[in-house]
Amino acid sequence: MNDKEIILAARGLTKSYGTRQAVKGLDLTIIRGECFGFLGPNGAGKTTTIQMILGLVIKDSGELRVFGLTIPHDLRAIKSRLGVVPQNDNLDPDLTVLENLLTYAGYYNLDSARARSRSLELLKFFALDNRRDEVIQHLSGGQRRRLLLARALVHEPELLILDEPTVGLDPQARYLIWQRLKALRDNGLTMLLTSHYMDEVARLADRVLIMDQGRIVAQGEPGRMVTELVGTDVFEIICDEREAASLSALAASCSARAERVTDGLFIYAGHDCPLLEARVRETARWLRRPANLEDLFIQLTGRLLRDS
Amino acid sequence: MGMGVLRVVQRNLRVWRKFMFSSLVGNLGQPFLFLLAFGFGLGREIHPIAGYSYLQFIAPGLTASAVMYSAAFETTYGSFTRLGTQSTFEGILMTPISPAELAWGEIIWGALKGLLAGVIMLAAMPLFGFWPSIWALVLLPILFIAGVFFAALGLIMTALAGSYEFFNYFISLVITPLFLFSGIFFSLNDMPPVTRVVLRFVPLTPIVNMARIFCYGRPSGPWPLHLALFIVLTLIVSWAASALLKRRLIA
Repeated sequence: MNDKEIILAARGLTKSYGTRQAVKGLDLTIIRGECFGFLGPNGAGKTTTIQMILGLVIKDSGELRVFGLTIPHDLRAIKSRLGVVPQNDNLDPDLTVLENLLTYAGYYNLDSARARSRSLELLKFFALDNRRDEVIQHLSGGQRRRLLLARALVHEPELLILDEPTVGLDPQARYLIWQRLKALRDNGLTMLLTSHYMDEVARLADRVLIMDQGRIVAQGEPGRMVTELVGTDVFEIICDEREAASLSALAASCSARAERVTDGLFIYAGHDCPLLEARVRETARWLRRPANLEDLFIQLTGRLLRDS
Repeated sequence: MGMGVLRVVQRNLRVWRKFMFSSLVGNLGQPFLFLLAFGFGLGREIHPIAGYSYLQFIAPGLTASAVMYSAAFETTYGSFTRLGTQSTFEGILMTPISPAELAWGEIIWGALKGLLAGVIMLAAMPLFGFWPSIWALVLLPILFIAGVFFAALGLIMTALAGSYEFFNYFISLVITPLFLFSGIFFSLNDMPPVTRVVLRFVPLTPIVNMARIFCYGRPSGPWPLHLALFIVLTLIVSWAASALLKRRLIA
């Protein structure tokens, strides 16, 4: 990784709100051209970290450098090269689609001809060109999200920060957004992405970092991490307590990890185990599927609800 | 600084153009109605004050108060909407624009709206049968400074407000008393000395005085000193508004 240009580097980053420590010593490196997946349950400290990168939250300690420049000293220079898609829709509701982009381009001091051509180009890319004079209130959720993305790209940023870019959208709207993000990634845009849609993150991200309660719990290449930490296959079995206990014992003998869930058992296997498989096939309701990032996420952060 | 302030003003201007008419009616309705009710209505029962008919006496003061209302409302109800419900400030601060630029952009914008309200009041005076003197041109920058002061005062309230209800305190305890007791409706010269001194420190009073002086083309008295003090006060209040807004926006 040393031969590649470091876009963002955080060392020992901390932030507390009163007595609650939101971020507890975060180390993070993003290199040019990679899509970095930033995962964690609600309250893990993801948004706080992003806010620190934007200078909207002042870090308590640690070091934060973006494009080799330091925060807060070079904040303006940093922010002029950053694009942000926030979690909350903060489009200008009184302006039209195109006006939103032009106004934003103004904040980055783009000259008006450049702002216009760039805006029209982006509206096309995000399939919004037929809505350009529409008032924001009349847009669907998916259209608003796409406009937020277009807005974040209007000044051609070198790093795009996406805080849950598809939250609350239907599958069709999500699909379109992930497709566009993939195109941007393939074009070499560096991205920092948070999302709770694990399959989509797994497909897009080159590396992921999983954070919980202000700390990193794992990071690496998603496919490899899943194989190493979870296994290759997952058996989901619906069964009673007695059956679950005997299956768990069998799983242990195959060095597969078993997890009790409300109405049955999950078994995470790293290699083939004919004995276990044969026994699973005898149960009434079961399925076998490849292990995925969500399994890893749950393994590392637990199934407990986070309502901090 | 500089460019960012301009961009914030431009953004507000872009939105304002769409709601121009309702905005002007909202800002100017009240002073016009006061001018009609008190100037025409009550004014006929009142003997001239310091050589002016009552209508003439209150018109310049109502110009000053129109600036105050327009500027202060913009940076309370207007800015608070952009801070809260619309998250406009959040959107702006994701860009290179700094909190200080945002604050100054809001203040300058509020001041421009105040100035516009003042200019319209001055321009409407011939409708009531008298023309402002050429000295009223000197009044324009003074009205703008007054706009800055009241816009900054409003923005302080916005930075402290938890909800729109908070502005009731500001309007009832600050703006309305200023409107009533800054010498718009009665001459402070006839007041008992203590009252006079107290009312002289009401921040709208010097603006009302200057408005009256320049409207009728008789610049005299210690107005340059009052203006200088008002500018100092304006800078202090603006600085405080910028600092408080930053504290509100940055955690």
